[in-house]
Amino acid sequence: MGLFDRFASVEQAHTEVKARVDDPFGVRMDRMLSPTEAIIGNRPTILVGTNNYLGLTFDPACIEAAHKALDAYGTGTTGSRIANGSYAPHRELEHELADFYGRRHCMVFTTGYQANLGVISTLAGPQDYLLIDADSHASIYDACRLGTATVVRFKHNDAEDLDKRLRRLADEPGNKVIVTEGIYSMLGDQAPLKEMAEVKRKHGAWMVLDEAHSMGVLGQTGRGLAEEQGVEADMDFIVGTFSKSLGAVGGFCASDHPQFDLMRIVCRPYMFTASLPPSVIASVTEALRQLRKRPELRTQLWDNVATLYDGFQRHGFALGPQKGPVVAIKLPSPDLAVGFWRALLDQGVYVNLALPPATPQGTALLRCSVCAAHSRAQLDKVVAITAEIGRELGVIGQELRAAG
Amino acid sequence: MGLMEREDVAVFEQVVALLEPFRKAEGAITRETDISQDLKLDSLAVMDLMMELEETFDVTIPLNLVAEIRTVGDLAEAIRRR
Repeated sequence: MGLFDRFASVEQAHTEVKARVDDPFGVRMDRMLSPTEAIIGNRPTILVGTNNYLGLTFDPACIEAAHKALDAYGTGTTGSRIANGSYAPHRELEHELADFYGRRHCMVFTTGYQANLGVISTLAGPQDYLLIDADSHASIYDACRLGTATVVRFKHNDAEDLDKRLRRLADEPGNKVIVTEGIYSMLGDQAPLKEMAEVKRKHGAWMVLDEAHSMGVLGQTGRGLAEEQGVEADMDFIVGTFSKSLGAVGGFCASDHPQFDLMRIVCRPYMFTASLPPSVIASVTEALRQLRKRPELRTQLWDNVATLYDGFQRHGFALGPQKGPVVAIKLPSPDLAVGFWRALLDQGVYVNLALPPATPQGTALLRCSVCAAHSRAQLDKVVAITAEIGRELGVIGQELRAAG
Repeated sequence: MGLMEREDVAVFEQVVALLEPFRKAEGAITRETDISQDLKLDSLAVMDLMMELEETFDVTIPLNLVAEIRTVGDLAEAIRRR
């Protein structure tokens, strides 16, 4: 048995895709022209698959902050917070994030993935229960494997099902920790947090909310879905990322729990990895300030969401259930999705190709993410090109063709 | 057949009935049937199947057990022990 034999089916699927088009998971942005445009294979390409929701990656203030930190603190911290010490900017960012969320504590992680991995695997111990949404992000599933708790899945975004599962565990003595996401990354749908918070209170459970895709996007001040639905008090731990609205890389967790800081000396994905470079911390800190003082970025984002979502819908594409910065076009087969994706790239539009098993219910998706910095002209062009290819491939306009 | 055995058979039969719609390969399902090899169910499908079974039997089957469950017999046993 070879070392990689157990990946045979993945390898085969990947080979089949590559035989038809250039590797869709190996796209190279040769040059970045702006947050929404890159040169890919000599062609200027509109980027509609970046998660760069507020378009802050080229914000002059963020870039200047990063430059200054680079000069003042050097290229990297060369070690972990716990072994090699914290730099002042790391603590400052933690304070600003705690202030933004109105919480007493905040910890910064090196990636969003590690924030989930660390927080979830540490909070629930051997006698405890983790209740996770069936469509949870890989980082949540991996946290379950790293941790020692008993793991129970509930049906996606189904508060009633969560209630049922907690009821079955009612006589078990351990803590119950519910994990959910604000906006789900593939279809862009939002959790019914109000209902889930009710269930949580009823069973005396704890709740971890991952606002990765909703931070800076939802809520009066951009804190996310919990703010939008008015249930922040029920969210015991807020996890988030710097790699979406804040335009860099990293993750965090904010909480009011009085013993929260204990995590710094027991949470392995925090302790045993190098901390973020000071320049990244600086650009993130500035991006958070921009997020707070420029609500118009959010307004612009939602205007753009409407343009793209309504545009696709007008042409008859099957979309995710809810309007949001993630706009997913559902296609009937992976084969069709691969061809569609390639045709879009050939015409200068980059979206994400999402195939099973990374997608819910085995759907094949063209996953688009909207940016506040997209111009109306860019989005109109994306809709027009997508509709044209959709018609050519018979994805939309069937009835017209039948009539003709 | 004692009560335990009758219970065991009843659970097994229900598991087989629930496996039918998930089944992609041909052939009768026995206790020795390997869920991934013979029924061609991937790990995601197995997890979804477990959710169905939790519903049917009103039990909790932790995700942690998925790695240990290889055959249909293992699956029935996991439910019976709950």
